[in-house]
Amino acid sequence: MTEHLQHIQLPEGSIEKQTTTLNLGPTHPATHGVFQNIIELDGERIVSAESTVGYIHRAFEKIAERRPLYQITPLTDRLNYCSSPINNMGWHLTCEKLLGVETPKRVDYLRVIIMELARISDHLICNSIVGVDTGAFTGFLYVMQYRELIYEIYEEVCGSRLTTNIGRIGGFERNFSNTAFTKLEKFLKEYPGVLKEFENLFARNRIFMERTIGGGAISAERALNYGFTGPNLRATGVDYDVRVHSPYSSYQDFDFIIPVGKTGDNYDRFLVRNEEMWQSLSIIQQAYQKIQAFKGEEAEVYHANVPEYYLPKKEDVYTKMEALIWHFKIIMGEVEMPKGEVYHSVEGGNGEVGYYLISDGGRTPFRLHFRRPCFIYYQAYPELVKGGMLSDAVVTMSSLNLIAGEMDA
Amino acid sequence: MTLTNDSIQQKLTAQFGEGFFTFSEQYGMLSFEAPKDQNLKVLQFLYDEPTLAFRFLTDICAVHDPEQPGKELAVVYHLHNLQENVRVRMKIYTAIEDPKIFTATRLFESANWMERETYDFYGVNFVGHPNLKRILNVDEMDYFPLRKEFPLEDQTRIDKDDQMFGRG
Repeated sequence: MTEHLQHIQLPEGSIEKQTTTLNLGPTHPATHGVFQNIIELDGERIVSAESTVGYIHRAFEKIAERRPLYQITPLTDRLNYCSSPINNMGWHLTCEKLLGVETPKRVDYLRVIIMELARISDHLICNSIVGVDTGAFTGFLYVMQYRELIYEIYEEVCGSRLTTNIGRIGGFERNFSNTAFTKLEKFLKEYPGVLKEFENLFARNRIFMERTIGGGAISAERALNYGFTGPNLRATGVDYDVRVHSPYSSYQDFDFIIPVGKTGDNYDRFLVRNEEMWQSLSIIQQAYQKIQAFKGEEAEVYHANVPEYYLPKKEDVYTKMEALIWHFKIIMGEVEMPKGEVYHSVEGGNGEVGYYLISDGGRTPFRLHFRRPCFIYYQAYPELVKGGMLSDAVVTMSSLNLIAGEMDA
Repeated sequence: MTLTNDSIQQKLTAQFGEGFFTFSEQYGMLSFEAPKDQNLKVLQFLYDEPTLAFRFLTDICAVHDPEQPGKELAVVYHLHNLQENVRVRMKIYTAIEDPKIFTATRLFESANWMERETYDFYGVNFVGHPNLKRILNVDEMDYFPLRKEFPLEDQTRIDKDDQMFGRG
């Protein structure tokens, strides 16, 4: 009899234990990504949680040490893949800061349009997923059409949709086509109505409010100590936004407000993201007006004059010696960059996306570190869900907008 | 009074004395090196001093440079004063044989995972850290992969059976 039971080895005290251990993840449909949490439950209340990350770690920082600058852009796509253009632009801006490249105003405004579209698509996913997790699938399906439209605009500009690799050091690979602008106009015309409807579906919905108010709350002080940035920090009432504090890509030319919340709970995070989408829409409208104001030759500018880093046109490569040389040097990664250390950050979908680039004067970075906002604020998760219900923990996870790609680099 | 790189430099020198730090400025950001065993004191001073108030830890990462004997590893802190919107960078150098540095987790909760990540990739031993174990790599790993002695695989190597990788 005793021999028969020998292979069942329970941890000490597990029979007498009053709480339940639940393994949530790493591949659970409610986690929207590869996250594991070992949760200790007392009934349905969470006593403690322990998070494990790193399931999709791809060693980007190591890989980047052997790649010339332009080959690192596709790596940044795969950080926060819900808003990859922002990461791409952040990387280009970092390189431009290191190399001392000045971009023309039109390029800045085009970048702003792309970045704000990306922000809208990022927030759209996050907010509609919060809806899904609280039981409302309709909103999610409804807004997907407009994310699709945003992806079509990316496709027009750079040829791909999710992992965009959009833009180059100094500007864009090609000018925006008329189709891109037509699609943008369609988006600007139709999206406000859709967003309004989406907002009506949730913002004052009794069920949604009761599910989200008070769940996953954090104070401003704790949030700052935990290194929160972006909408999650603003939901606690701190108006920190990289676009305003350290403007890049001519954000100082735009008129917009930073929406803030008060309680830092799931509901406030939803409202902040929602309001940010309205602000992004207004920024895109302003940028589009500014772009239309460019006339003649100025209206054709889509990149800065940096032959050392910006790939020449294909027809020039076939016909001009100079262009051929630069093409060869860039493609073979034979362009040396100046020595220096630079930290640059942009306001990503989840907060401050930072790039710390050290160059020793070689052809590839000596060291590149990504500041990934998700990774930093996810450590607050056990504190956010402690004492709450298990079903609220799922909502909290989606309302933090955790992206496994960004977290694990 | 607005906080400038010069005023930060003056305040730090006044508190810790001449020759304690090595200052430099790159792309507008003040950067300084501090002695290895004093990192916590400096962080605490930057945090507490009301005129400095660097209370937001943006990032911690490490850099490995095998060509600097005795100070191969550098731990880099990026700090931010959100009200004045000023950033500084602090570097702590340590020898690779004994990479012990005091943890900043008592000051910043956010330092917890950042230090675990730094330990994971560079093997910097943060003394006093509540839970210093690997975070992104597997627990069984017995080396620190971002150190320079582990080069990426040579792309031109030919001793591998390419069929296994679909390139045969």
